[in-house]
Amino acid sequence: MINRILSRFHGGVHLPDRKSLTAGQPVRKAHLPDRLYLPLHQHIGASAEPVVAVGDSVLKGQMIAHACGYVSAPVHASSSGKVIAIEDHAIPHPSGASASCIVIETDGEDRWIERSGAEDYLNMDHSHLRNLIRNAGIVGLGGAGFPSFIKLNPGPDYQIDTLILNGAECEPFITCDDLLMRTHPEEIISGIKILRYALKAKHVVIAVEDNKPEAYQSLKGQLHNEDIEVVQVPTLYPVGGEKQLIQVITGKEVPHDGLPLNIGIVIQNVSTAAAVHRAVNEGTPLVSRYVTVTGGGVTQPRNLEVLFGTPVNELLEQCGGTNMAMSRLVMGGPMMGFELHQHNVPVIKTTNCILAATDHDLSPEQPMMPCIRCGSCADACPVSLLPQQLYWFARSKEFDKAQNINLFDCIECGCCSYVCPSHIPLVHYFRFSKTEIAAKEREQEKADQARARHEARQARLDREKAERAARLASKKAALAAKKARSDRASGGVSDDKKAAIKAAIERAKAKKAAKKQAGTEPEAEKNRAVSERKRAEMKAAIEQAKVKKMARKQAESGHERGVSEQKKAEMRAAIARAKAKKAEKKNDGI
Amino acid sequence: MEFKIKSSPQTHLDNNLTQLMMRILYALIPALVAYVWFFGWGIVINILLAVVTALSCEALMLKLRQRPVKLFLTDGSAVVTATLLAMALPPLAPWWLTVLGVAFAIIVAKHLYGGLGFNPFNPAMVGYVMLLISFPLEMTGWSAPLSLVDYKLAFMDSISMIFTGQIASGLQLDALTMATPLDMLKAELRLEHTVAESLSSHPVFGLMGGVGWEWVNLTILAGGVWLIYKKVITWHVPVGVLGSLFIIAAVFYGIDSEHYASPLFHIMSGAAIFAAFFIATDPVTAPTTALGRVIFGAGIGILAYIIRTWGGYPEGIAFAVLLMNMVAPTIDHYYQPRVFGHRKK
Repeated sequence: MINRILSRFHGGVHLPDRKSLTAGQPVRKAHLPDRLYLPLHQHIGASAEPVVAVGDSVLKGQMIAHACGYVSAPVHASSSGKVIAIEDHAIPHPSGASASCIVIETDGEDRWIERSGAEDYLNMDHSHLRNLIRNAGIVGLGGAGFPSFIKLNPGPDYQIDTLILNGAECEPFITCDDLLMRTHPEEIISGIKILRYALKAKHVVIAVEDNKPEAYQSLKGQLHNEDIEVVQVPTLYPVGGEKQLIQVITGKEVPHDGLPLNIGIVIQNVSTAAAVHRAVNEGTPLVSRYVTVTGGGVTQPRNLEVLFGTPVNELLEQCGGTNMAMSRLVMGGPMMGFELHQHNVPVIKTTNCILAATDHDLSPEQPMMPCIRCGSCADACPVSLLPQQLYWFARSKEFDKAQNINLFDCIECGCCSYVCPSHIPLVHYFRFSKTEIAAKEREQEKADQARARHEARQARLDREKAERAARLASKKAALAAKKARSDRASGGVSDDKKAAIKAAIERAKAKKAAKKQAGTEPEAEKNRAVSERKRAEMKAAIEQAKVKKMARKQAESGHERGVSEQKKAEMRAAIARAKAKKAEKKNDGI
Repeated sequence: MEFKIKSSPQTHLDNNLTQLMMRILYALIPALVAYVWFFGWGIVINILLAVVTALSCEALMLKLRQRPVKLFLTDGSAVVTATLLAMALPPLAPWWLTVLGVAFAIIVAKHLYGGLGFNPFNPAMVGYVMLLISFPLEMTGWSAPLSLVDYKLAFMDSISMIFTGQIASGLQLDALTMATPLDMLKAELRLEHTVAESLSSHPVFGLMGGVGWEWVNLTILAGGVWLIYKKVITWHVPVGVLGSLFIIAAVFYGIDSEHYASPLFHIMSGAAIFAAFFIATDPVTAPTTALGRVIFGAGIGILAYIIRTWGGYPEGIAFAVLLMNMVAPTIDHYYQPRVFGHRKK
């Protein structure tokens, strides 16, 4: 196999990796906790919906909440026991918020539901395979938690050229993927084969940072004749970022407004691949994962295999407990993780690390100084943004300008904040700006909808007015015609004469009107005034119908309809009104 | 905006502004040694005087502007400004000249514009140019290289000269000063001498530039390279300044070597190297993008050459820096890097 030529991405930072704290320790199974707290929202997308009630007995692996909508994932009981509550409980979130959780009191038996693996996935329908993966509750285990089955459905428009398995694990301290690659390479490779089949991917590349030679060797040793590349990528944070890893492996850039799919690439975490293997070949849903419990704040840092819903404080106890030196408890790595303010939050699908950090592990906060525009942040930015300029706009709340210089391309990797000599929390400013812009956009959307509603109402009122006018006109016309007929029928010389004169006048008027209105229509001249009127009426009616249709359309598609459409409808209504008026006038003349 | 919750990243590189500023000062040490060796102790006294003045003015302004005094006083930026300005002044300049220049730099050029990070113009150069325009006589009274004067200037002599304008033996400042090489060349060329004639006619000229100046410039260069190595500055501005100065000087030297000095002379005799590495690299007043910095530097080099060659002042680098400071934001606006995933415009 030809050695792959790797590219590099802009910027990035070299971090002290601190992985040796846990990399040498074998993985242990965490104890079964008395209670499991399973949040309904452990992934990107809509929350799952409970399908069990308080008091129900559940088995390990039983689905207790089903996916709600396309972008969502089900939740399974991670051990057997009884549902004792469905209530708000502290969840791992930067805000320290609470959210709905299913609380299970475990019975200590850890009894599984009946499981059966697929006989032969190679003969399985792709959508069936995706459903298997979806129903196993599998989401991206690298940290984002995006439902995995969606990425396996590129649709007919995209050919997948390369499937990349992300085993970079570029955040310091974290070793859970490393340990999985070292201890269960067969599961990963087996999962990769399933993913490859699902995607019909031409090439498969497993990327491992070059600070994990054992994992690299382990994966290599597992491969025999499979056409799967294992590549060591240079250790440089954030090489494990989706877009950065794609750039390093393939040299391609994911378009700023697109997905990896658009350039024929799908990327999955190695742990996700192992989970897919278990789901498909064993019928085991996602109920546990490896979690790195590390930092100088715990006595025995190590990796644990943890059931989802296990409270963090129990894990800390199983690692020898925390000591006085611990200054911060962080979930995730030092670069993108967030501080936990409650220690009783549960481990969820995206939890890869519990970092009980001392001030030595994570530098304590320093006072923020003014930006001196040194540009270190721009040098470190992996997407070539100008953080100092973004910061300037964010500070002065000129969010539109920040957006113009591509605020939304920021991946919040933290490199800029990390290197800033003035200790400015740049990423925080950018998150703040993003949420402000999102809030403003929501408001704008609301305003647009309100305006569309108002305009639709105006159009309706106008249409109703036109309709009324048209009705009145047709009534009058009918009356006049009746009168004319009865006049003719009653006979009499004077009457006859009168009628003749009237008819002549009518003809002349009709002629004039036809000329004015239709211009070139020759038969208009021949027609009698009554038919002329009728045509005008019909036209008005058609216009009304059109306006009606338009209004309905607008009501359906809400604010998306442009103002121009609105205006056109208004104009049509106005024309209809004018025509009806004209018809009315003519009839008055009769 | 105050953030109560510590947001990611949770950790930080072990760096800060003070460390950055201190590195700039460390990088000046070799140049300072050479300076003292060739021009006497005056520079040291000037620097001390400047630093004391700068810190006093800084403290005063911080107090008046109700900013945390200790935090900003220890950031080192005032010390750097003072040191850079002192190094740009004549070594035996009267004490009030230094004090006035530094006070103007800190109070007007820095704090009246909003303090650290907000000043559009390089404070040291604002102070320098103010002095140059207001006190041309004092500003051009450069001490001659010690090797070229008969008098052995002792440390106490320097103090006495700076504070009283004379030394114990009754020697006046004039006896110890001499025109700078650039000054001398300009005067000679006005007298219709060729460059070669001028350079051979006077002992102030050395091998590449001026006696003493060559060594001071080489040590400044060494310090500057160290700053690049330490990633305090990037190569873009120095290469822009020196590269453009070299090229434009080479072009004219190639056309007419009798009336235009060699590119090496231009680089080695004035403040070009000093400005390229220590003045124009001031991040606050320079552009932030790589290409922008090169353009900014090139602008300085070209303007400096124009002023030196056809302008009224023998050395134009300070004016060039200030002029380019003005366009730095515009350069930043037009030379933004292509963002990941965006096509080339």
